[in-house]
Amino acid sequence: MSAPAEPLAAEPAGEHVGEHRDYAGAKLGMWLFVFTELILFGGLFVAYGMYRSMHAHDFHKASGELNLVLGVINTVVLLTSSLTMVLSIVAIRLQRKVQSMFFLACTMLLGAVFLVNKFFEWRAKFHHGIFPGSDHLMARPPGERLFFGLYFGMTGLHGLHVTIGVVVMSVMLAFLARDKIRHNDFIKLENTGLYWHLVDVIWIFLLPLFYLAA
Amino acid sequence: MQHEAESPHIVGYATFIKVWIALVLLTGLLVGLSITHRPNLALLGLLVITPTKASLVFFYFMHLKYESAALKYMVAVAIAVLIIFIGLTFSDYLFR
Amino acid sequence: MSISASPVAEAPANEPSFYARKGIASWLLTTDHKRIGILYLGSMMTFFLVGMTFGVFMRLEQLTMGPTIMKPTTYNALFTLHGVMMIFLFVIPGLSAVFGNFLLPIMIGAKDVAFPRLNLLSWYLFISGAAVSLSSLFTGRGPPDTGWSFYVPYSLRTGTNVTMAVFGVFLIGFSSIITGLNFITTMHRLRTKGMNWMRVPLFPWALYATAWVQVLATPILGITLLLVVLERVFHLGIFDPSIGGDPILYQHLFWTYSHPAVYIMILPAMGAISEIIPTFAHRTIFGYKAIVLSSMGIAAIGSLVWAHHMFTSGMSEVAIVVFSLLTFLVAIPSAIKVFNWVATLYKGSVELRSPMLFALAFIFLFSIGGLTGLFQGALAINVHIHDTYFIVGHFHYVMFGGTGFAFFAALHYWYPKMFGRMYSERTAIVAFVLIFIGFNLLYFTFLVLGLQGMPRRYYDHLPRFHTGHIWATIGSWIMVAGLLLMVINLVRGLFRKTTIPANPWGGVTLEWTVSSPPPTENFDVLPVISEPAYTFNPVAKEPA
Repeated sequence: MSAPAEPLAAEPAGEHVGEHRDYAGAKLGMWLFVFTELILFGGLFVAYGMYRSMHAHDFHKASGELNLVLGVINTVVLLTSSLTMVLSIVAIRLQRKVQSMFFLACTMLLGAVFLVNKFFEWRAKFHHGIFPGSDHLMARPPGERLFFGLYFGMTGLHGLHVTIGVVVMSVMLAFLARDKIRHNDFIKLENTGLYWHLVDVIWIFLLPLFYLAA
Repeated sequence: MQHEAESPHIVGYATFIKVWIALVLLTGLLVGLSITHRPNLALLGLLVITPTKASLVFFYFMHLKYESAALKYMVAVAIAVLIIFIGLTFSDYLFR
Repeated sequence: MSISASPVAEAPANEPSFYARKGIASWLLTTDHKRIGILYLGSMMTFFLVGMTFGVFMRLEQLTMGPTIMKPTTYNALFTLHGVMMIFLFVIPGLSAVFGNFLLPIMIGAKDVAFPRLNLLSWYLFISGAAVSLSSLFTGRGPPDTGWSFYVPYSLRTGTNVTMAVFGVFLIGFSSIITGLNFITTMHRLRTKGMNWMRVPLFPWALYATAWVQVLATPILGITLLLVVLERVFHLGIFDPSIGGDPILYQHLFWTYSHPAVYIMILPAMGAISEIIPTFAHRTIFGYKAIVLSSMGIAAIGSLVWAHHMFTSGMSEVAIVVFSLLTFLVAIPSAIKVFNWVATLYKGSVELRSPMLFALAFIFLFSIGGLTGLFQGALAINVHIHDTYFIVGHFHYVMFGGTGFAFFAALHYWYPKMFGRMYSERTAIVAFVLIFIGFNLLYFTFLVLGLQGMPRRYYDHLPRFHTGHIWATIGSWIMVAGLLLMVINLVRGLFRKTTIPANPWGGVTLEWTVSSPPPTENFDVLPVISEPAYTFNPVAKEPA
């Protein structure tokens, strides 16, 4: 722990405005962003909670149609990617650059695997005529329509976050290669990690809500 | 400059691998509970195991365990706000 | 506040001001918090004047019964755009984006905000959000006609271009989140030596409380509006009752943000008033801690009262009672502030300069706004006045009489600091009197019309409301005359060649220790604080 007075003088005199480097500040900012993401998905969780309490039976029935095996595989994929992400940070702090890059590349790969799985899962649903606004779906009870509406909305938004995460990580990989992220300056990588773990946490909640509601 | 002062912990690989194993095991348990077709057990899984998993990610992967008390409070506030939002909205839906 | 070992106060003039660099690029690519504040001010005043024009046209339409100057569809578009522009482009970002950006770092003794580049990004998001919203005027099938609250299911069905407007508001929300995130980090990380939490001036405190609401409530609006877009494009079905959705859920989510948004608007306004009153009463603020705590209290309780907008929508009765109770609770911290301001005036040597007049008007008008709000929190009365002009009158008292007047008070108060120029004090007072009279004639009449039963958002009115509408329209002319006079006065002031001392009002917070306008880096040497804020030492005021 630093002394209370320490962080106040975070900006060395003479340095140009806007170029100060404040490790704890950058991390605090990222955490605040994490909060906004939590609340953003929170709105959808509210919607899910309300509709499930209104249409419990329909939700159970519709949930049975989701591919549980694929859901669990994707969970493990994402959990593992979180592990490799955190290992990448440990590696760079121990000055093992190549190892760090390897772990980060693994994380990206796992993120991509997740998206590919998701793609096949969605495609199968589309083949069965289950997509928002489809005639097949409109013929079913309201609760099931809502379930699939929420399913596509929430996993879609989550998938978008995974995609953004993979893109950001590719930038971080380039930073690592060019030594812009070093053992004593790794806040960018750490913040990417915070974001990636958040994406993981949200999936941790999506799994029981959608795949295990049967 | 402040790295050493503010995040002294370089947690080793082993800790994180252990956490990962715990997470995978908990996922297995969660799935196992839900396919027993006992609604109570499945609900227990949802309300206990899932938050446990999330806290493991928060405390270890996201390093929260080693952060300052202020940051921990902020996380608590953010989560409390979310829970209150959900709770107040339920005050409508549960009694309609 | 006494600042030890600070050479800044003595020799500010030799530093070039932050206006020194010239050229469009130096503005559009700036990361200087002061320049970003000025950029916000310029864009916001533009939106304000456009929104005001829409309002004037609406009042003209109500001058006579039947069609006066426009078709009903135009009227619907006008009240929607008036609301969207005034709320999302003026009052919500208002004080925190303009004065917060300009002053927060200076008032806590920092050289900039924590993330200067993000700060610029937030301005660009704001501008692109505004552009996208307003492009709905010219694209698709015309501007939205849903009202600023975009209630489903109508907003899902109407053929007008709701999608663009909603997406624009989504971007503006994102900009607001970034500002909030930036301010929280700045407050935690960049306070100067000796500036502990209980020495932070009240305007930064209010901004800090606001920032938390921005960070924790705005995402709900983001996801809600995103869902509206998805519904319109992909028929997701979350809100659409024909697919199974529940329109009341939309109202819950919308107000979960949009009621706290009221506090995003009013908290910085209260903060600015807490700066102006001690300066012109030449007296330490009364109850510093109470004001700080009430800011945080308003932020906390204010986030829990949203469903009082929905008493008649078909919610459960349990929820109605819960939210009514919470609504009454939020009046307590608001009243604490009013008492403290009035107590500050007591036995002060009050100086009635234009910023002070706006500030005193704020207290008066905000009290009316707040008390009429309590009427609506009471369940039985709420049913009677729901969706009437009483509501419109109430929120104009809060939003315009509150935030708007505080914005103008702040603008007159910090104008010499921001521009290093001075407006004509006499014209400012004339403008103030016109605005104040016109405002009350306009909106108090609204309160009366509402109690008589005039519904809001109606294109036409019955004969028995006619007299009231005429008075209100006359009030709108007086108010607009005052507003235009004020704007002209402020713009003319920019061209009057005068030199302004660092501290023209005798203020005691840090921004008055740097030159007017401040140098690029704010402080040569960061000040060290050794006393609580608002310590008025008996020193002679510099001549203005």
